[in-house]
Amino acid sequence: MLKFAILFKIILNRILMSESKNENILDQVTNEEYKYGFYSDIEMDMAPKGLTEETIRFISAKKNEPDWLLEFRLKAFRYWQKMEEPDWALISHPPIDYQDIIYYAAPKKKKELESLDEVDPELLDTFNKLGISLEEQKMLAGVAVDAVIDSVSVKTTFQDTLAKHDIIFCSFSEAVQNHPDLVKKYLASVVPVTDNYFAALNSAVFSDGSFCYIPKGVRCPIELSTYFRINAANTGQFERTLLIADEGGYVSYLEGCTAPMRDENQLHAAVVEIITMDDAEVKYSTVQNWYPGNKEGKGGIYNFVTKRGLCKGKNSKISWTQVETGSAITWKYPSCVLHGDNSVGEFYSVAVTNNYQQADTGSKMIHQGKNTKSTIISKGISAGKSNNSYRGMVRIGRKAENARNFSQCDSLLLGDQCGAHTFPYIKSANETAVVEHEATTSKISEEQLFYCQQRGIDMEKAIGLIVNGYAKEVLNKLPMEFAMEAQKLLAITLEGSVG
Amino acid sequence: MLLNIKNLHVAINGKEILKGLNLSVNKGEVHAIMGPNGTGKSTLAAAITGRENYDITKGEIIYDGETINDMAPDIRANKGIFLSFQYPVEIPGVSMTNFMRTAINAQREFNGLEAIPAGEFLKKMEEMKKLVDINTKLTKRSVNEGFSGGEKKKNEIFQMAMLEPKLAILDETDSGLDIDALKVVARGVNELRSTDNAFVVITHYQRLLDYIVPDFVHVMYDGRIVKSGGKGLAFELEEKGYDWIIDQEDE
Repeated sequence: MLKFAILFKIILNRILMSESKNENILDQVTNEEYKYGFYSDIEMDMAPKGLTEETIRFISAKKNEPDWLLEFRLKAFRYWQKMEEPDWALISHPPIDYQDIIYYAAPKKKKELESLDEVDPELLDTFNKLGISLEEQKMLAGVAVDAVIDSVSVKTTFQDTLAKHDIIFCSFSEAVQNHPDLVKKYLASVVPVTDNYFAALNSAVFSDGSFCYIPKGVRCPIELSTYFRINAANTGQFERTLLIADEGGYVSYLEGCTAPMRDENQLHAAVVEIITMDDAEVKYSTVQNWYPGNKEGKGGIYNFVTKRGLCKGKNSKISWTQVETGSAITWKYPSCVLHGDNSVGEFYSVAVTNNYQQADTGSKMIHQGKNTKSTIISKGISAGKSNNSYRGMVRIGRKAENARNFSQCDSLLLGDQCGAHTFPYIKSANETAVVEHEATTSKISEEQLFYCQQRGIDMEKAIGLIVNGYAKEVLNKLPMEFAMEAQKLLAITLEGSVG
Repeated sequence: MLLNIKNLHVAINGKEILKGLNLSVNKGEVHAIMGPNGTGKSTLAAAITGRENYDITKGEIIYDGETINDMAPDIRANKGIFLSFQYPVEIPGVSMTNFMRTAINAQREFNGLEAIPAGEFLKKMEEMKKLVDINTKLTKRSVNEGFSGGEKKKNEIFQMAMLEPKLAILDETDSGLDIDALKVVARGVNELRSTDNAFVVITHYQRLLDYIVPDFVHVMYDGRIVKSGGKGLAFELEEKGYDWIIDQEDE
């Protein structure tokens, strides 16, 4: 089954990765005539730059969406127009020109390469270090492969397993067509359109994402991953994901991949909503390695993500585990609203910044029901000239009897030009709550490095060893294959950061 | 000659600490280096093992026929140089087992060998733990984390036993040890002594040399070795103190 998982990863990545440096989207959008009334021309592959109601109608028409969804988008768009970008995060970037972005592009076929020799050697080097096999490398890089493996049968086997349990797992767009009631019921029930600037933007222009529904009492037997979606498309930009676990259901979901991902679009604003009913559990793991910009800080993805889980039912549980090593800018606070009594929320994170990357990330745990528990373990690693901030909010509501929270946020600094910051917020309106917060800041000392070197371990390996030891607690929460890749990824991200 | 140090001058931040040190060590020998505080004993250890910021301004360190002045510390280690640290540092999150296996495999890779098989590795761990009387609980912990002073020193000898170096430098291994721990450490070293390796034992006090009997004793003063002799020299120092030698030098 593992091999099949890799295959799907390959298929998706092949579509998502932008290998051809010569392609210029702008060259394709030439005709001014299309700017007005273009939304009806669904033959067009992409929308002209800019964001107007026209753009939204075009996107909705392209996807053949029902009226209620178009209305949802338009409403969100109108809210967004009145909102202002948040400026409180410890992040700085040149102002984003929202009219200078293309909000819809149909998936296009990537130009196939003849061999690995045509691929950027730096990319190949990273693949090798991540332990990606030669076959996988070829496929990831878009090299034509003699398909010996029957990919159709792989997809079928996977779909069969899910069908046996009545599990719905498909793209968001498909869900809109095939399960509109479910989508309508739960969309924006966790992250309202007005929640924040980027959620509003996403709600207006979301491209695609995952939809999953776990029926009552069903324990999903396989780890779901974006790569298993049959109609995986160019969804990176404004991804919208909705996961619902009905009573007693369980699912473990993986998002992302360690292979470095490039995208022509710089702005990413995703929304992920999770709902768990009574006794249900969702484990959501993310490994994110979007292009972080070059060593001088030029380019790189801006990743503004709103992720929230609602523990609606009693005894339900939502865990977020993330390893963030990419993106030039990361703004992201996976959160849990612990509504049901005895519900549990968890957040485990390793966030690495190097060179000129900036991250302002953390979690919010909102305790509403009785006897709720939350855990936050955040490990920040800063290197180069980067800035890494942890921002956490633990809010205990008036009726949240016996709430328990434990937060630990640690920062590791490599070198003396990077920054690590911690902004913990605790608001409690209930006397019976117990909230614990621990924080440490440390450096990898020259002594520790020399100790390793004196035992024959070279500098790079030593940093990898020490950093992985530091992040172990979080990495242990990841599904095993992800964990091993993540370990290597940490080491690679920090290459050249000391000495 | 395993180690040949010729006219070594070493400076830290521009300040000269070693001022023309000479030392020859052959396989099968145990050399003791003694001397008052501040004479450069630890600097000598740092220079031989290649620590950063210890600048060799003059002279040579020749190890196993090769001048290693500019060699990276991990390569020196892979070639068989081991240092038992005076103050072993803690590395949280990295288990002793993982650390040990990484070190052994780094050495094996350097020497063109395959990674050590799991069974062999575990067997060796058990053997060496017994040798140095080190508790299994300690090897499950992170490197030196929460270890007492004595446990840290034993851990150094444990690592030495696992890595089987050609040249082992013990930097004040006896400092902070009670008599029992001292005996255990000494026993470990003595079991590892052979005609194929050599030891440089840096110590402040003669006591350790009762248990690790040296072939040669050298006294350091003001960045140089000022007097050398057989094991009897250690007893003379015990009796007369360092002033005796210092006075001779200052004359």
